[in-house]
Amino acid sequence: MKTIMTGNQAVAEAVKLSRTEVIAAYPITPQTVIVEKLAEMVDSGELDAEFIRVESEHSALASVYGSAVAGKRSFTATSSHGLLYMYEMVWWVANARVPLVMAVVTRTIGPPWNIHTDHTDILTMRDSGWIISMAENVQEAFDLTLQGFKISEELNLPFTAGMDAFQLSHTSEVVEILDQETADSFLPERRQCYVFGEENTTIGSLAPNECTAKLRKDTFETMLKADKTIDKVSKEYEEITGRNCGLIEEYRIDDAEYAVVMMGAWSGDAKDAIDELRKEGIPIGLLKLRYIRPIPQKRIEKVLEGREILVLDRDCSMGLGGIIGTELKSFMDDITNVIAGIGGVDVGVNELTKLFRKFSEDKLKDEVIFLEVI
Amino acid sequence: MMKTIVMPGNPSCQGCPHAIGLKALGLALEDFVLVIPAGCSTIIAGIHPKATLNVPVLHVPFASAPAVAAGISAAFKRENKKKNVVIWMGDGGADIGFATISGSAVRNDDIIVIVSDNEAYMNTGIQASGTTFWKAKTTTSPAGKREDRKDLAAIMLMHRVPYVATASVGYMNDFIKKLEKVKSIKGFRFIHLHSPCPPGWRFDSSKTVEIARMAVKCGAWILWEFDGKFNLSPASKPYKDKNKRKDLKDYLKMQGRFKGLSENEILEIEKAIDKQWKYIECFENI
Repeated sequence: MKTIMTGNQAVAEAVKLSRTEVIAAYPITPQTVIVEKLAEMVDSGELDAEFIRVESEHSALASVYGSAVAGKRSFTATSSHGLLYMYEMVWWVANARVPLVMAVVTRTIGPPWNIHTDHTDILTMRDSGWIISMAENVQEAFDLTLQGFKISEELNLPFTAGMDAFQLSHTSEVVEILDQETADSFLPERRQCYVFGEENTTIGSLAPNECTAKLRKDTFETMLKADKTIDKVSKEYEEITGRNCGLIEEYRIDDAEYAVVMMGAWSGDAKDAIDELRKEGIPIGLLKLRYIRPIPQKRIEKVLEGREILVLDRDCSMGLGGIIGTELKSFMDDITNVIAGIGGVDVGVNELTKLFRKFSEDKLKDEVIFLEVI
Repeated sequence: MMKTIVMPGNPSCQGCPHAIGLKALGLALEDFVLVIPAGCSTIIAGIHPKATLNVPVLHVPFASAPAVAAGISAAFKRENKKKNVVIWMGDGGADIGFATISGSAVRNDDIIVIVSDNEAYMNTGIQASGTTFWKAKTTTSPAGKREDRKDLAAIMLMHRVPYVATASVGYMNDFIKKLEKVKSIKGFRFIHLHSPCPPGWRFDSSKTVEIARMAVKCGAWILWEFDGKFNLSPASKPYKDKNKRKDLKDYLKMQGRFKGLSENEILEIEKAIDKQWKYIECFENI
């Protein structure tokens, strides 16, 4: 069914269709509408679930950790400072290998206070063991959330559905929503390798160092293989919906001399900018990352091989570079890395066209360029 | 059904009050799971692959226990499971997780919270907490605690939850009776358990129960219960009359943490205890 809704509403719809049984959340702009919508659905009986109105984000993730470890499909959502406030639980959930889904509406971290998008917040989760996805548009926010439950439950790793503040969370777009029957056929009942309370099991106790190391190695290796699970699930989803939501998206890159790498909502603007430059005959294309964890190194290398590379980051690792740029530099050479759009500074089609043209004229000389405005 | 939940060979210290208190849970409660945030009990519960508590145990981060328990309780509710979700935490967990306890109480989550209060952060090496006794020496209050002592149970009472009580490891029958009562009450239930710690308070490990009883007898720890109505528990009733209280000095001199207190300081403690009783008198009239 095609309808018009915002990113926040679309995520709430996906959570409903996944038959989530426990939701816990604390409001933070711009994520709030997701949980308001879910609270409405639970109160009206539209969604048969428990809604726990917690007093903080730390408790939001703690509560869904409790319900998930006890065997129930669970969901929470947060953003920016809320994500940082729950950071301890972010690691706990991943290290405990408990499947659940959290939406992260990316928002700048203060001070100064700022409610607009950049990607530094979600990237603080990078090393923790969460699967991290990032939507380009409202449709992808819906699709990734729904697929997230399946991917998370197959891998026993928590899943983040990321989307940009306001540009997606509060922007209405045409979205195709699945009906319940189709969603059910895609998403089986929750599966989980252990459930708390069923036997006299102790979970999370002190353990010898070697046990911890073994567990971390197992998570590491699961993450290395996670691309296969994502391929499988996104293919199943594509068969039902016709929409591919794989690890990466290639846009006009086959014959491109110049390749741009980025993730999130502004990738849509980048596509328009690339169309503009293509009209001028500039051979440029886009590699969009739909996932940052797992990061499909070999696929990225293969797509980018022999091309000039610009990584565009809406996030920053202080004194080093953009975070995605830094990641790609760990396995590839000769990367130009531009940091832009920090603090929600507007970067639209015009700005991107200007930037990409400069790139195609080999005028971006520095290794890392930090732009306050383009 | 009585059950031994604390297995022999557990790594608690000699005379550990937590081991005594945990035993009471097995004696009073039937079908339950334990949620334990960081603290001494994390260690008492054993090191993988061994476990010393004969019930399902979920270890959780320091400040998170009531929120995690709320999630477990919600999951159990979905399946109509009648298991009680019981949190066993220390005064450290209650300090750092205070907002979490308060939030859970406000929601009236269907859980039992037991704070086994040994009046300092013992697991990290005896640092002062919100409930550390007046003037007590700890490693972060080497000259004696200057601040007042927070009355956690009274604060929980003000959340207007179905059940709040204090208890003591020196009065096991009273504690077990209270647990037996709470197991069939729905909603948020809170028990503040007084747990004298031999290494932390510096007394001989054979004296845990004696000191716990002395705390009640000198009026420093007051046993009460609110189950819709506020009642002083029988063991504390006589000490409402100040003249019947045992000498505070006898309680203090049994413990190394009060070594070198001046007469003036003892007088200050006495006044603080009297003030505590005035609150109790007010509660009795609600």
